[in-house]
Amino acid sequence: MKRLTTTLAALMIMTSSSIFADGHQLKVGMITTLSGGGSGLGIDVRDGFMLAIKGNQKISVIVKDDQRKPDIAVQLADKMIQSDKVDVLTGIIWSNLAMAVVPAAVNQGKFYLSPNAGPSQLAGKGCHENYFNVAWQNDNLHEAAGGYANSAGFKNSFILAPNYPAGKDALTGYKRFFKGKLAGEVYTKLGQKDYAAEIAQIRASGADSVFFFLPGGMGIGFMKQFSQSGIKIPVVGPAFSFDQGILKAVGDAALGVKNTSQWSKDIDNPANKKFVSDFQSEYGRLPSLYASQGYDTGKLLISAMVNAKIDDKDKFRDELRKANFSSTRGKFSFDKNHHPIQDIYVREVIKEGKTLTNKIVSVGLKDHSNVYVAECKM
Amino acid sequence: MTNILFIEQLLNGIQFGTMLFLMSAGLTLIFGVMGLINLAHGSFYMIGAFCAALVAGLTGSFWLALGASLCGAAIAGVLIEILIIRRLYRRDHLDQVLATFALILLLSEGVRWYFGAFPLYLSIPESLNGTIPIFEEIIYSKYRLFIILMGFLIAIGLYILITKTRLGIRIRAGQNDREMISALGVDISKLYTVVFALGASLAGLSGALIGAIQSVEVGMGEPILILAFVVIVIGGIGSIKGAFIGSILVGVTDTLGRVFLPDLLKIFIEPSYATSIGSSIGSMLIYILMALILIIKPSGLFGKS
Repeated sequence: MKRLTTTLAALMIMTSSSIFADGHQLKVGMITTLSGGGSGLGIDVRDGFMLAIKGNQKISVIVKDDQRKPDIAVQLADKMIQSDKVDVLTGIIWSNLAMAVVPAAVNQGKFYLSPNAGPSQLAGKGCHENYFNVAWQNDNLHEAAGGYANSAGFKNSFILAPNYPAGKDALTGYKRFFKGKLAGEVYTKLGQKDYAAEIAQIRASGADSVFFFLPGGMGIGFMKQFSQSGIKIPVVGPAFSFDQGILKAVGDAALGVKNTSQWSKDIDNPANKKFVSDFQSEYGRLPSLYASQGYDTGKLLISAMVNAKIDDKDKFRDELRKANFSSTRGKFSFDKNHHPIQDIYVREVIKEGKTLTNKIVSVGLKDHSNVYVAECKM
Repeated sequence: MTNILFIEQLLNGIQFGTMLFLMSAGLTLIFGVMGLINLAHGSFYMIGAFCAALVAGLTGSFWLALGASLCGAAIAGVLIEILIIRRLYRRDHLDQVLATFALILLLSEGVRWYFGAFPLYLSIPESLNGTIPIFEEIIYSKYRLFIILMGFLIAIGLYILITKTRLGIRIRAGQNDREMISALGVDISKLYTVVFALGASLAGLSGALIGAIQSVEVGMGEPILILAFVVIVIGGIGSIKGAFIGSILVGVTDTLGRVFLPDLLKIFIEPSYATSIGSSIGSMLIYILMALILIIKPSGLFGKS
């Protein structure tokens, strides 16, 4: 037994020293949701990120599961910063978790690259020079949905979202662009699966359209129940409820629904084509927008490491700000508050053979940034 | 207009309640007969739903899938009772909580390992799709009506089982005096296995019924489990009647509270705040209800004091 322990210890010393010999220059701590409800999102972000940095000897990554619980995410971040000594944090899916982790991490001089959550607080007054959002500001896709609703001629929308930071950002975003009236506005419980009560309200409200933001498994239940309810009004929403991982579970109930996204697998550029085919051959499934966000986060990190060392924080930050990488989304740059300026597309759910997937119908908002730039003093 | 909405929401509440009943009936039986706190009850809900999704995917038949959920959860129940739970009856409640919590983790990870982290597809049969007029202008989802009917049929079935059959007499005797009935020659360990499997299969069935309109994914059982515990505490631990009345009470309170509280608050405060505060209080309402009932009747509505 004693010999075994010594051998193991020796082995550990050898492997760890060989890491240094390989010349790892940067340590990434990834906190994301890998178990429980919503784990599909975290797994996609992780897989996308890992695909982007595959074969890169200069980056080492620690991945930890936050179980979608803010307290666990905070503990993990503390441990990664204090004992693992990571340089860059990333991975958080949910805005309430991001709000709990990000401010403390960036104030301790760490970089945080968000592959998903983009709460308005961190884009406006709470913005920070070390915080970069590679996905979107939370309002963005919903603003595009509001814009689409106008062009589709909707006059009276019923809108619903879960009662948490991103849910509030969603409804605010839709209302900012939508010019019609609201037939009703409802906040549901986060993690709610049954929408009988809300669907009855929609039926009674006389709305001509429904906008909803229900990410992860929440949207599956809503779409199925809505299509069974016999209500025949059009539905529009952000891509989160119509993404590759979820469509299979929603089934034909989603066919024809318009949804808005900054990414789609049919965006025509070399980086995206390579990403889609590499992802499929690596993991044997179609990538989702979360995977594309994780992938872009990895590529952004690599691009900053070309001309700067992580020890020179100011230089590294400048390199990140340049966003000098070919994004799967095509044109991509950062606004002053470190949130993307990008096109947001309107997609439609279609069937390719037997697989449900999305096809771009039009560009919803061109070179779109966010309204919080002015509030950010940086 | 509001009357129609009210009746529709009342039906939604009852449907939610009957589903909770399927979960809490098993939980309360297992606690009442064996004195076991089974945190892993939600995992049987998940196992039922996954069995159903698997069989529906292979055969395309919803009815076979429902059967599979019953059988799958019952088999899992028997195995887990014999291998693990049996060792816990004599331990105190803390050991039981720890062991069954570990079971949740094992079963969830096992299901994820086999099926993957993405939700599975399970849908309702064509014959139950759409809505049906109930009374004049009130139309209601056929499938939800079917869930309500199933729930009531199972409640009646359980009532007959407990009050009229030999097995039921043994179960009641087991609740009252464990030593005495084993002294009278009843094979108590077989009885425990049967009760555990019965509870597990009811949970599995409700998982499949609900999975078809919500989503079949890892961890789907735990939110329901918490509500099922609220129900059996309200109804009185060990009482099937209490579980039934508690379920309907919780289902209706939750649904009506969530819908009408924001509207009610709009009379007093600004609409945008009312929506937000109303939804928050709405989701707390069942816990407030539980606290109130426990103040008046500390052992629940039908519990033995």
